[in-house]
Amino acid sequence: MEAGSLNVIINAIGLLAFLGITFGIGLAVASRKLAVKSDPRIDEIEELLPGANCGGCGYPGCRGLAEAIVSGKVPVTACPVTKDHSPIAKVMGIEVTSSEERKIARVRCAGGNKEAVKRFIYLGVEDCSAAQNLAGGPKACAFGCLGLGNCAKVCPFGAITMSDNGLPVVDEEKCTGCGLCTKACPRGLITLWPAGKSVTVLCMNQNKGAEVRKVCKVGCIGCRLCEKQCPTGAITVENNLARINPELCIECGRCVEKCPMKTIKGEIKQEREVILKK
Amino acid sequence: MHLRTFRKGIHPPGNKEKTSSLPVEILPLPKQVVLPLSQHIGAPSEPLVSVGEQVMTGQKIAEAKGMVSVPLHASISGKVVAIEPRPHASGKLVPAIVIESDGTDQISPELASGYNLEQLSADQIKDLIRQAGLVGMGGAAFPTHVKYFPPKGKQIEYVILNGAECEPYLTCDHRLMVERTDEIILGLLAFMKAANAEKGMIGVEVNKPDAISALTKAVEGLPIEIIPLQVKYPQGEEKMLIYAATRRVVPAGALPIEAGVVVNNVATAAALGGYLKNGRPLYSRVITVTGNGIKHPKNVEVRLGTLVEDVINYSGGFDGTPGRIILGGPMTGPAQYRLDIPIMKGTSGILVQTRAEVEKLEYAPCVRCGKCVDACPYNLLPNYLGTFAEFDKLAEAEKYGILDCRECGSCTYICPSRRPLIQLIKNAKSKITASKKKTG
Repeated sequence: MEAGSLNVIINAIGLLAFLGITFGIGLAVASRKLAVKSDPRIDEIEELLPGANCGGCGYPGCRGLAEAIVSGKVPVTACPVTKDHSPIAKVMGIEVTSSEERKIARVRCAGGNKEAVKRFIYLGVEDCSAAQNLAGGPKACAFGCLGLGNCAKVCPFGAITMSDNGLPVVDEEKCTGCGLCTKACPRGLITLWPAGKSVTVLCMNQNKGAEVRKVCKVGCIGCRLCEKQCPTGAITVENNLARINPELCIECGRCVEKCPMKTIKGEIKQEREVILKK
Repeated sequence: MHLRTFRKGIHPPGNKEKTSSLPVEILPLPKQVVLPLSQHIGAPSEPLVSVGEQVMTGQKIAEAKGMVSVPLHASISGKVVAIEPRPHASGKLVPAIVIESDGTDQISPELASGYNLEQLSADQIKDLIRQAGLVGMGGAAFPTHVKYFPPKGKQIEYVILNGAECEPYLTCDHRLMVERTDEIILGLLAFMKAANAEKGMIGVEVNKPDAISALTKAVEGLPIEIIPLQVKYPQGEEKMLIYAATRRVVPAGALPIEAGVVVNNVATAAALGGYLKNGRPLYSRVITVTGNGIKHPKNVEVRLGTLVEDVINYSGGFDGTPGRIILGGPMTGPAQYRLDIPIMKGTSGILVQTRAEVEKLEYAPCVRCGKCVDACPYNLLPNYLGTFAEFDKLAEAEKYGILDCRECGSCTYICPSRRPLIQLIKNAKSKITASKKKTG
């Protein structure tokens, strides 16, 4: 090898080493001098949030919510998914006394393919709002579930599946109560309901009883039997539809037994006898 | 000869042979008619009669409410039995006046016996157009008189009659052009006088040679040109027809008046011609009853408000199990799930497909072949619009001009992936307009 070509290699190595060191020092200085000071608590809170970026809080992802919590725009309990908010409160240096009751999604329609009457065979796009736009959808009931699964598609936690009967089934373990499905349903059938309370009126039809009977086997006909039975006054019938106030409901199960259409469903609690005796 | 047409478009099978040579029959008087107050685009009419009242054929039973609205006339004589929401082609319940026939079909004495076009001024004609209850009878049902009040500074140069009838299966306009040529020409002359237009044109696709020869004979010596058009869908779409006839392009989102043109359907012109000739307002129309699911396909003149059921029974009933019942043509007509809906001013036909013809198509993702782009007469990109609509990317869809789509259906027809592009696009459009209304 000639001496000249060796020089070229040494020069190149030397130049690259020089450039590397200079830029390295430059970048190191710049990162100190120009550093954007971010609150370390943002990272900590982000770690504590579920990380599903579901958007249920209204912010773009968990990072967005963490920033909002640190800046004080929203309370530490703003994440609807997190069950225990106390670690986040701890980061913020405050304490949450009572964490709100956990809520889950409940589909308030029991009229699946077997129970509800269909007006026509729908061959279009598998999308509830598209079906709704087409002459109001295939179901004869103008309030009931269209059964094309917009709620199941939108759930970021995989908590909603469509049953063989064409109704969405919520997995209560997986459901976090983020509320995305309540917005996805074009008929507004899904409501967030306290997880502990299982007695619900599975119908939203506000038509008169005779009309409801024509279109569905399990629709609320507004007969008021449940209203009369309820010992705590938790049930009211308005616009031909029974509604339960979950705060007053003690899950005694009288309404579940009395409902002639089997529209009210739910597990009856063990303490029932005790409550009734009182 | 080089035929005039527009760029792009598709060539679906015409399926017009069944009825194109059958003369128009007149449906016997129905026992009952249901006349929805909202048979047109715009504000619903306001009823002038009450339940129990006797009405006569042609009597005005509802008054126009506002500028974009037209009056409604009784289509049979008899008793008003109900004014209540009734099923409508839109799938909803819409307020309607129900008349039970007394079987006499007495013509209302308040109607004139005819008008002399030469003695009428432009304003009088415009008023008559409105009084006749005329709306676009090709399907859109837009009140006709509104087109003849152009914005200030705009002059209508040409009145074009749309006789293209590019929708497959339908032949009612074809039969009108052959059988009621004089009324169409009279109507067109009235439109031209109302608009103070220098020239009239009638665009007809060349698959109707008898219509073209009949019209050509009738317009001799008149400032009217008959334009033979290439057979292509959607040749009868307003902007496509204007381009084919005048080489003028109506900008996206603008009305034909921007190009100095007004377009009316030949059936609308025939209705106006009939009104001038014998004073009868729009209370009946010619429709085509056709499809493989109908025993005896026909062209029939029916009173407005006749139920679809009655028309199908008159045509021999269903042939086999019906699979799909469409009001209008197969490309743009809405499918129906019940038979107790009335024929309206904008209903151009009843198409019944058999069960075997209707299948559920599983659609696949877009393969980016570009066929829909080659077909879209509006120069949109239906492949992108469909995908944006499917995944709820409404802002992008709007940027790509989804609101300029007129839902002609060419893209859905041509798509090898069987994508239901029009339904996706319609759904996205309704979401966008709903959110615009919300934000004001």
